[in-house]
Amino acid sequence: MSETLESAIRDISQACGNDRSRMMDIVEAVQAKYGCVSGEAMDLIAKQVSTHRVEVESVVSFYAFLSEQPKGKVVIRLCDDIIDEMKGSESVAEAFKQELGIDFGETTPDGVITLEKTPCIGMCDQAPAALINNEIITYLSSDLAREIVRKLKKNPDPKKLVGRLGDGNNASHLVHSMVHNNIRLAGEVIFSEMAPGAGLKNALALNPQEVIRDVKTARLRGRGGAGFPTGMKWDFTRQATGDKKYVLCNADEGEPGTFKDRVILTEKSDLMFEGMAIAGYAIGADTGIVYLRGEYAYLRPLLEDVLARRRNDNLLGNDVMGKKGFNFDIRIQMGAGAYICGEETALISSCEGLRGDPKNRPPFPAQKGYLGCPTVVNNVETFCKVARILEHGPGWFAKMGSEGSSGTKLLSISGDCAKPGVYEVPFGIKVREVLDLCDAEDTAAVQVGGPSGQMIGMNQFGDSICYEHLATGGSVMVFNSTRDVLTIARKFMEFFVEESCGFCTPCRVGNVLLKEKLDDIIEGKGKSGDLDYLESLGATIKAASRCGLGQTSPNPILTTIKNFRSVYEAKIAAGKVEEGFQPTFDIHAALQTAEGIAGRKSVHA
Amino acid sequence: MAKPKVATTSLAGCFGCHMSLLDIDDRILKLVELVDFDKSPVDDIKEFTGRCAVGLIEGGCANEENVRVLQDFRRHCDILISVGDCAINGGIPAMRNAVPLKECFQEAYSTDNRLGPAVYNPDNQIPNDPEIPLLLDKVYPCHEVVKIDYHLPGCPPPADTLWEALVALLSDKPVALPYELIKYD
Repeated sequence: MSETLESAIRDISQACGNDRSRMMDIVEAVQAKYGCVSGEAMDLIAKQVSTHRVEVESVVSFYAFLSEQPKGKVVIRLCDDIIDEMKGSESVAEAFKQELGIDFGETTPDGVITLEKTPCIGMCDQAPAALINNEIITYLSSDLAREIVRKLKKNPDPKKLVGRLGDGNNASHLVHSMVHNNIRLAGEVIFSEMAPGAGLKNALALNPQEVIRDVKTARLRGRGGAGFPTGMKWDFTRQATGDKKYVLCNADEGEPGTFKDRVILTEKSDLMFEGMAIAGYAIGADTGIVYLRGEYAYLRPLLEDVLARRRNDNLLGNDVMGKKGFNFDIRIQMGAGAYICGEETALISSCEGLRGDPKNRPPFPAQKGYLGCPTVVNNVETFCKVARILEHGPGWFAKMGSEGSSGTKLLSISGDCAKPGVYEVPFGIKVREVLDLCDAEDTAAVQVGGPSGQMIGMNQFGDSICYEHLATGGSVMVFNSTRDVLTIARKFMEFFVEESCGFCTPCRVGNVLLKEKLDDIIEGKGKSGDLDYLESLGATIKAASRCGLGQTSPNPILTTIKNFRSVYEAKIAAGKVEEGFQPTFDIHAALQTAEGIAGRKSVHA
Repeated sequence: MAKPKVATTSLAGCFGCHMSLLDIDDRILKLVELVDFDKSPVDDIKEFTGRCAVGLIEGGCANEENVRVLQDFRRHCDILISVGDCAINGGIPAMRNAVPLKECFQEAYSTDNRLGPAVYNPDNQIPNDPEIPLLLDKVYPCHEVVKIDYHLPGCPPPADTLWEALVALLSDKPVALPYELIKYD
C-alpha cells in the first residue's frame, strides 16, 4: 500500500512539475484519489516538492474540501445558508440524518458516506441544494433526500443521482447537471449573442495603452462588489516593473446569495476568457489563471472544452489571432471550499499553493501579486464587460447605467420572490423596481450585496443599486414580513465566524463576540447597553481587520441595528430582568447539571 | 442624620478578605463612628434591615445560595464591591470549572475512587439533602451574576486598600487608590 501511495504521489507531483506553488493541485488530486491527505501522504508530498511537511499540512488543514482524516467515498455537503433554510433545508437535513443514522460531520460506519454542511454553494435560486462529491442536487425535499441515500447505499456513484437535466449548457454531456440557469432578464451586455474573437480582434488592432484608455472611457468598475476602476488597475499593473505579469480571474463566487458567475461560466465563458486575453494584451501578460471555486468543479470539463476550442481557433496560444509576439494562455486553478479566497490577496495566496491567508497591502497585487509579479485580479463579470466594451466601443457601454456606475450589472436574486434567478439590469435601478421584476410580495427587508453588504428596510426601497448608493457584487436576498431580521443577521454572523481565516485578532475574536452578544439578545438576555456595545465593537473590527472579510463582517449587525433598531429594542425590552441583575446569567441553566445528579429540582431557584 | 450602613458577606470565599478588613486595627473604631453594620458576619445580622450604602462581597458564586445572597445584596446596596480575587475571578474554588461536576463529587465523596480522600462512605452516597444548596455548573465571578460597581483585587486586598476605598466611598470622594495599594508583586 505504502509503495503504491509513494508512486501515486510521485506521479501526481511530477504532473505538476514538482512545483511547490502548485500545491493546491497536488493535494486536491491526492484527496480525490484517497479521500484524504494522510500524514504519510503529506510527508511524501513534502519530500517530492522539496518543502517541509508543515507547508503541506497548513494547506490541508485550511481548506474545507481537504482533510487529513479519511472521508467517505461519497461526501454529501448540504448547503447551509439562510435562503436554503427558508426553503426547508432543515427538514432535508433531518431526513439525511435519519436515513444515514449519523450526524453532520460524521461518516457512516462502512466508510461510504460522509454528511456535512457547507456555506452557500451558489444555488440559492433552486434551494435547498446539496453538493454530492462534485454533483449538484437542487430542489431537495425530505423525500428526495431519503431516496438519494437509498440509491447511494445501493450504488455509491453520485453521477447516477442527477435527475432531469437543466437548461442550456447544463444539459451538455460535459456538464450533465440538473442546475437551471434561471436567466430571467437577459440584458444586452452579457447575454446577447457573441462571436468569439470579436472583442479581442478590435483590441489587438489597438496598442495596449489604447485598450486601457477604452476601458477607462467606458468608466468600467470592478463587478466583484468593491467597484475599483478597472482601467486604473490595469494601468498600474502595466506600469509596474516586472518581466512576467499575470491575469487572474476571480471565479470564487462565495458571497452567500450570489450565483451570477455560475451562469456566466455555464453560458458565456467565452466572453470571460476573451476579456482575460484582452487584459493580458493590455498589461503585457502571457498567463491567465481562472480561480474556480471548488463548488463549481462540475463546470470544469465545459470550461476546459471552451479553452481547447479557443486554443484551436488561435484565440489563445502563441501569436494570438496572428498578432506577432502576443502569447497568452489560461489555466484553471480549483479552489477547495474557502470563502476567504474570494478576497483578491487570499486568492493569490491560494493560487501560489499556500493557505488562503490575505496578504498585507500595500504592496497591491498590481505591484506585487501572484509569485511576486504584477497581477491583475478581476471578477468574472468584469472580464465579460471588457470583452463587450472592446467589441462595441466604450461609448456604447458608458451610455448605460447611472452617473458614477456605467453599464449593466448581473443580480442574483433569491429568497421570498416568485422568480428567483439572474437579472441583467442597468446600474441605477431602484430596489422597488427590482422587487417588481422578481415578483416579490410583502417584502419587509432586502439584503443587498450578501452578508457583507447591507440589510435595508422598506424606507430604502426607493434607493438605487449602484456603487454610489447600494453597492453589490450581485447578491440580492428578499425577505418577507414573516422573517426575523435578527435570526438572519445571526446566520450571517455564524458564516463569518466560520469563514474568518483566523490571521488577525479583530476578525477572529471580534466576530465571535458580536455573535455571542446577538445570541443573548435573541434569547431575551439583552440589556440596555448592548446595542452601543455592538456598534462600537463592530466599528473596531471594521477599522482594525486586515482584509475585506473583517472590514465588512460586522455589517449584518450594524446595518440591521441602523435600519431595524426597533426590532432589537423590542427584543431587549421583552427580556428585561430585575434592575442590576445580569440578563446573561441563567440560574436554571447553571443548576441543570446539579439537579440531574441530585435527582431533584432546586428548592430555591 | 443616621449613619450610612455597610453590609458584608462571604460567598465562595475563605473569610480571608474579612480577616483583612479586621486588620484595619484600631481604625475599626473610626469605622464604627462612620457607619453602622447591617447584614454581615461581623455582627451576625442574618437578613437586611434596610437600605445600605455599600456592600462588600467576598468570594464568587459556587451554589444557588450564593446567587440568592448576592442578588439580595444587589437589591439592598447602592454600591457593590467585589472584594478579592475569588469575587472578581472565581479564585481557588473556580479551579473546579475545568472538571465536570459529577467528577468533582466523586473525587470528594466516593470511596471507589482511590484518588479521593479516605472518607468512610460504603454506599457511595453524594450528600443530597434539600437543605444543602445545589452547586452551580461552575463557579461564577460576581459580576457575571449581578452588576458590580467596584473591584478591589488582592488575595486578600490589604487592610489599607479596603480602608481607603471605604472611606472614599462613604465620604463621596473619588476612589483614587495610590499605586502601592493595588500592586501585588
